[in-house]
Amino acid sequence: MKIGVFVCHCGSNIEGTVDTKTVAEASLDFPEVTFATDTMYACSEPGQDGIIEAIEEHKLDGVVVASCTPRMHEPTFRKTLERAGLNPYMFEMANIREHVSWIGKDREANTNKAADLVRIAVEKLRRNQPLTPKEFDINRRVLVIGGGVAGIQAALDCAEAGLEVVMVERESTIGGKMAKLDKTFPTVDCSSCILGPRMVEIAQHPNITLYAYSEVESVSGYVGNFEVQVKKKATYVDWAKCTGCGECVEKCPSRKAPDPFNELLAPGRAINIPFPQAIPKKAYIQAEHCIKLTKDKCGNCAKVCPSDAINFEAKDEIITEEVGGIIAATGYDLFDWTVYEEYGGGRYPDVVTSLQYERMLSASGPTGGHVKRPSDGKEPKKVVFIQCVGSRDKSVGRPYCSGFCCMYTAKQAILTKDHIPDSESYVFYMDIRAPGKLYDEFTRRAMEEYGAQYIRGRVGMVYPDGEGQLVVRGADTLMGTQVEVKADLVVLAVGAEAAKNSPQLAEKLRISYDAYGFFMEGHPKLKPVETNTAGVYLAGACQGAKDIPASVGQGSAAAAKVIGLFSKEKLKSDPQTALVDIKRCIGCGKCAETCPFGAINMTEFRGQPKAEVLETVCQGCGLCAATCPQGAVQLKHFTDNQILAEVEALCRF
Amino acid sequence: MSKLSYAYYPGCSGQGTSMEYEMSTRALCEALDIDLKEIPDWSCCGSTPAHACDHVLSAALSGRNLGLAADMGEDCVLTPCPSCLTNLKNAGQHMSGSEEFKEKVNKLLDEPIGEIPDVKSVLQILFEDLGPKGVKEKVIKPLSGLKVVTYYGCILTRPPKLMEFDSEENPISMDRLMEAAGAKVLPFPLKTECCGASHGVARKDLVMKLSGKLLDMAEQLGADAVVTACPLCQMNLDLRQGQVNSANKTSHKLPVFYYTQLLGWALGLPQAQLGLDKLCVNPMPALRGIGKKEDAA
Repeated sequence: MKIGVFVCHCGSNIEGTVDTKTVAEASLDFPEVTFATDTMYACSEPGQDGIIEAIEEHKLDGVVVASCTPRMHEPTFRKTLERAGLNPYMFEMANIREHVSWIGKDREANTNKAADLVRIAVEKLRRNQPLTPKEFDINRRVLVIGGGVAGIQAALDCAEAGLEVVMVERESTIGGKMAKLDKTFPTVDCSSCILGPRMVEIAQHPNITLYAYSEVESVSGYVGNFEVQVKKKATYVDWAKCTGCGECVEKCPSRKAPDPFNELLAPGRAINIPFPQAIPKKAYIQAEHCIKLTKDKCGNCAKVCPSDAINFEAKDEIITEEVGGIIAATGYDLFDWTVYEEYGGGRYPDVVTSLQYERMLSASGPTGGHVKRPSDGKEPKKVVFIQCVGSRDKSVGRPYCSGFCCMYTAKQAILTKDHIPDSESYVFYMDIRAPGKLYDEFTRRAMEEYGAQYIRGRVGMVYPDGEGQLVVRGADTLMGTQVEVKADLVVLAVGAEAAKNSPQLAEKLRISYDAYGFFMEGHPKLKPVETNTAGVYLAGACQGAKDIPASVGQGSAAAAKVIGLFSKEKLKSDPQTALVDIKRCIGCGKCAETCPFGAINMTEFRGQPKAEVLETVCQGCGLCAATCPQGAVQLKHFTDNQILAEVEALCRF
Repeated sequence: MSKLSYAYYPGCSGQGTSMEYEMSTRALCEALDIDLKEIPDWSCCGSTPAHACDHVLSAALSGRNLGLAADMGEDCVLTPCPSCLTNLKNAGQHMSGSEEFKEKVNKLLDEPIGEIPDVKSVLQILFEDLGPKGVKEKVIKPLSGLKVVTYYGCILTRPPKLMEFDSEENPISMDRLMEAAGAKVLPFPLKTECCGASHGVARKDLVMKLSGKLLDMAEQLGADAVVTACPLCQMNLDLRQGQVNSANKTSHKLPVFYYTQLLGWALGLPQAQLGLDKLCVNPMPALRGIGKKEDAA
């Protein structure tokens, strides 16, 4: 074997603390290395051409590139080898950037470690076998999890491109957080007027199947061929019969049930249709509040339903859907602000969240769009907005900026003036973050045209003055003084956090999530909607708090990724899979039991039970190889011998 | 349950301005079968004057007492006074956290400290170790009908990382204990507001304003009494209530109890042990009203 070693400077990223020339020279002493050089940027066009030339000139049949992490450029260099006529798997990468130059400053030690890493790569490469991927069919259907604005956009774009779409929504209606908003910034156009038609399209599109009030139970399979179990939660209403007339809601005597769509501002009924434009516009029963289901009395809804749709015997149902790609668009939830005892911790009725205030402003909300404060139903004349509640606050474990609160607070200040012309608004802020198109102009409008008083400082305490008002005490850091404002209503600009159960869903999808539960994108800049799991994409606030335009943008981007994936004739499987040595296999079946992907079949060979790997299903995790008591299962490209050779290369003294 | 037993650091206020707090604390603990072992030859905790000038000196003053407590074989020191609590706890935490600091402190002490005991307020162990339930079992004269506001003051639960007790913004320990004794606890929003204590001498006008605000709010809520756990809070609200009244043109006559006095009353302890005669605003009208209002209602 003739091996070529290329040691990359990565500009000064590596060369700054590693003597790449010395590493290259040292490599020439390693077995079977016949060519070694340092190169400025191995991944650049001249860098890659240099590798191809060297392969041709020196008749190389294997290449080691010592540069960055294989997650960055392994695919790049494999293609380079292919262009030079070599098998792309006759390639190894030594990570001397993340593992060496970026983490140590001692040039001599770094140079030695880099040489060691190259030695390891060479020893592994000497034992590499050429591998060829297999091709497999794609199921051109896509699952969209979450029916908020990001999911709606993704689903419609996919459906318009001719793909079959399955949408799963946890609530009984799609629309997500946007459906709860009154108006949207910076244009102050009606939220449900722009979202409503898109929701209707979802319901009417022949390519879209919608499962509302449903959750993803489990996901198996792999890119191109996922199998998804969807749990349709019992609604106790046969949606095939329900016409959404609302008779049942009118007659339901259980009037203390929560109304989550109205952010618990007012009690709802046990049987409920969230709002007039709900999609699907179907009733569902909140079982724990239903008198019939809890005490076996009542049953009014069944009596009044003109279409005989009520079914108290209903059970959760599991449906299996097969798809080729998945878009997660599960959105966000509001931070539980009641940890802020200084704002009353939830004890004062006239301290409300921004989303509750949206419902108060909304014509379809519980007050019919008239702002009435919860305690006494009076119209507030002085409204104080407190920003950054659960954002940019390390003390409550939320150091990040939620990004959209500055904007919606400005919008709410403007709307307050529109609704109550003789009102005054005060906004306590830390910084105003309005870096979008027409955004800064919008916040200035709130201040200059609508007279909202912006006070730069945190609020330290909110308490009732005992005479019907709330005292809001904070700092004015520009004036360097303490301020107290007496308010009729306090609106907290509550920050965003990952949607409930995000980590659990991430684990079902086998994607990563960050410390706060937001899903991890493939690369923070270059792969914003991809994940590290092939075939799974992200859209909207599930990846991090973002506003409507950004969520919609990501919805379309994720759809484009799926359409791109499905435009291929067939997909190539990764050939780095497990392989059973049939001579050694004793047919114990342990590998089949441990395989999380169901990629091992037990078969018979000359009357003996044997394990067999389904190459297109195998993900190359190596669990079976570690489990096999006989060493009969080997992971191609990571065989026991290769790993031992690597260890020996390092521990040779 | 084995008998609760702690080393006890009374603090200087208890010898003078808050004698009734000291008396009632001891009487209450005895009645609740809690053993308070006074630290022999205890000395100043180094509170207000020392810690403003020199942290090591201040910690040494506290440290001497912590060392004496450790010598008694006790692993937890109790004090009724929040100011002592802050300084003792601060010294203990600072020394546990830094060997270097501990060495500096030990240089100033005749007997170097080894193990550093825990420090808690009497309120904390009543709430956490005995619990409101344990108090309730011993109540024989429930405070029914007595409407109180609980006032914790600024330092009893603050800073939260040092105190590690209750909520720094909305503490509830005294509320629960008073409820266990049968009182009605009103939702007092100014539980941890400043009474002006540290400006008590230099800026009396501030005390008038700040303590006045507390009394106004208590009165507005319809409280019969204020319950405190801090000698300085109690003094500002009780001793200075007349001054506050004349400065603000108000006519408050709100008795200001230590929570130990009211709990002791509910446990049926004799008045003499509770030091009720040491209070400035006459508590008797409020105490006599106990039980009656409920009958009327």
